[in-house]
Amino acid sequence: MTQLSQSNSETFAAASLAAKSGTEVRLEGVTKDFGLAKPAVDDITLRIEPGEFMTLLGPSGSGKTTTLNLIAGFEVLTKGQVLLNGQDVGALPPHKRNLGMLFQNYALFPHMSVYDNVAYPLRERKTAKDEIQRRVGEVLELVQLVGRDKHLPKQLSGGQQQRVALARAIVFNPKVLLLDEPLGALDRNLRGALQLEIRRIHREVGSTFVFVTHDQDEAMNLSDRIALFNEGEIEQVGAPEELYARPETLFTAKFLGDSNVFHLGKVSPIDNAVAWEDERWAVDANTVSPKVASDRGSALVVRPEGVSVSKNRSEVPPDANAVKATILDIEYLGSYRTLVLALGDARLNGRARIDAQSSDFSLGEEVVAWWRPYRQRLVAE
Amino acid sequence: MTQLSLPRRAPNLSWLLLVPAVALMAGVVYVPLIQSAVRSFGDPPSLQEYADLFSDGITMTVFWRTLGSAVVVTLVTLVLGYPYAYMMTRASARVRGLLMTVVLVPFWTSAMARNFAWLILLERNGPVDRIFQFFGIHDVVFYQTTTGVTIAMTQVMLPFMVLPLYSALAGIDRKLLLAAQGLGSTPVKAFWKVFWPLSKVGVMSGLVLVFTLSMGFYITPALLGSPQNSMIAQLISQRATQLLDFAAAGALGTFVLIVTLVLVGMANSQGGSISAISVVVNTDSPKGNG
Repeated sequence: MTQLSQSNSETFAAASLAAKSGTEVRLEGVTKDFGLAKPAVDDITLRIEPGEFMTLLGPSGSGKTTTLNLIAGFEVLTKGQVLLNGQDVGALPPHKRNLGMLFQNYALFPHMSVYDNVAYPLRERKTAKDEIQRRVGEVLELVQLVGRDKHLPKQLSGGQQQRVALARAIVFNPKVLLLDEPLGALDRNLRGALQLEIRRIHREVGSTFVFVTHDQDEAMNLSDRIALFNEGEIEQVGAPEELYARPETLFTAKFLGDSNVFHLGKVSPIDNAVAWEDERWAVDANTVSPKVASDRGSALVVRPEGVSVSKNRSEVPPDANAVKATILDIEYLGSYRTLVLALGDARLNGRARIDAQSSDFSLGEEVVAWWRPYRQRLVAE
Repeated sequence: MTQLSLPRRAPNLSWLLLVPAVALMAGVVYVPLIQSAVRSFGDPPSLQEYADLFSDGITMTVFWRTLGSAVVVTLVTLVLGYPYAYMMTRASARVRGLLMTVVLVPFWTSAMARNFAWLILLERNGPVDRIFQFFGIHDVVFYQTTTGVTIAMTQVMLPFMVLPLYSALAGIDRKLLLAAQGLGSTPVKAFWKVFWPLSKVGVMSGLVLVFTLSMGFYITPALLGSPQNSMIAQLISQRATQLLDFAAAGALGTFVLIVTLVLVGMANSQGGSISAISVVVNTDSPKGNG
């Protein structure tokens, strides 16, 4: 009972801390032109809530890191505004923006001990000596590196070095923490462990986190919301579930997770059915992306877990959309099986996820793939 | 239990690779060095020659003049060379190649040609003198003075400062400067707290190289200086070749060698803890991160 109330009060304390220390980051028409064919960042507008964990996700060269550098002040804006809590910081140099930054290669000062590295931002802020000692002790505890303060960075493992960098980036309670692919240099297991740690630290310090990655799983795992970048523009912003379940464009659907994709060409968004080869499929109005327009190509996408497979048409429910398919391969993945399919006459690559136990399919078999209309999504190409 | 016979390993003879160089160094450098050191104690052995160094009234004057000029040359090459090496790390590959060539041209021209060029530049009524005369300044004399020698030596020594500096500076990860700025340092402070300490190895090796070379420099002082302003190397040469006083020349040579070794040893003990770091800087810097 006492334990419960204590943990409750801790939660409250953490919540009030979060409300206090989070900073809103607003990008208004942000543009960075390096003089190439297309601006690296092209007129981006994005509002990041105070205390939010926002991930800038995208393939390499999509402008996500440039956007982060524009927020940090390492790059100069070509056009637009960067606002922190409503204050335009576009003209401020990096050291006046009070932001924490975590780099992929840690960027620890090799000639300084762990302690001196972590104390660096506090000394730059003329913090009193005993206060520095207290803060560094606290934050080394937070990243679980107590007792390593006298080590030089080269005496630590990669994971430990990144924890030191994390400690150094949060020790001065920055308004916003910018993370530039901080886990990219680590191996898979370590990455998983540090993802958990970053989430925990985000909850505990309550600062706004802006995280850059090209790894969709990492983005899905960590973020409150994801801004998906494509060729210098934001393709879609939303919670991971939203981006996965309700992609607006084919790019989003393909970047996050697997999809079965049927290219439809131009369709009218108000039709309640679409045609593909000889099939006619019902379209549910609330599965149509707002970006679908009659002057732009569209595609119908269905996630593998939304697709069922039957031996023949008579087994398909009458309200389902169906397409003939050939089984090319069967992958056993422990908790489920994936059927690799050739869909329709075009023999499009497709996938269906089925029960791990069901084993009544064989390679080369002609089957029918089907799904309920609510499992599909009509997106813009 | 059967005894397994291991294949006989051929004796490792790779140390033989050292023999030619060691033999050359021993024969040409160390044996004569020891000989001249032994000879400096005279026959019968005494410390008389060394006592004379301090009491003859000339040697110490020349020694301090040489040391002073070497210190000035070393510091001026550092002040000139550091920004140059720094800009070389920042420049594009093309400009870097150009800057590198500019540094190396003095290496490719003969030492005599370079020093005669200085002779012509600095002589009475030479170009430099005439520029000063043009402004009505007649009492500045570079030819056959320590100042003129020091100026010419600075130019000759500059590559020996720039090259080790460049290789040290090029190994420093520039992300560290961004990190320091992100953590609240002005660009200037980021340089002094992060970049400068990491460049100390290069600074130390540049200082040691230029200083030791300047201490024993012969040709520039011989051509540009005057007997009244001679440097240590000239004094040694004079005692050995003109006065045939090998004991005195040996004592002077040994004395300068010891002073130089002590100073270099002090510099190395300063740089010792830093050179360990430079290895880390060079190996940890990111390789082709997109």
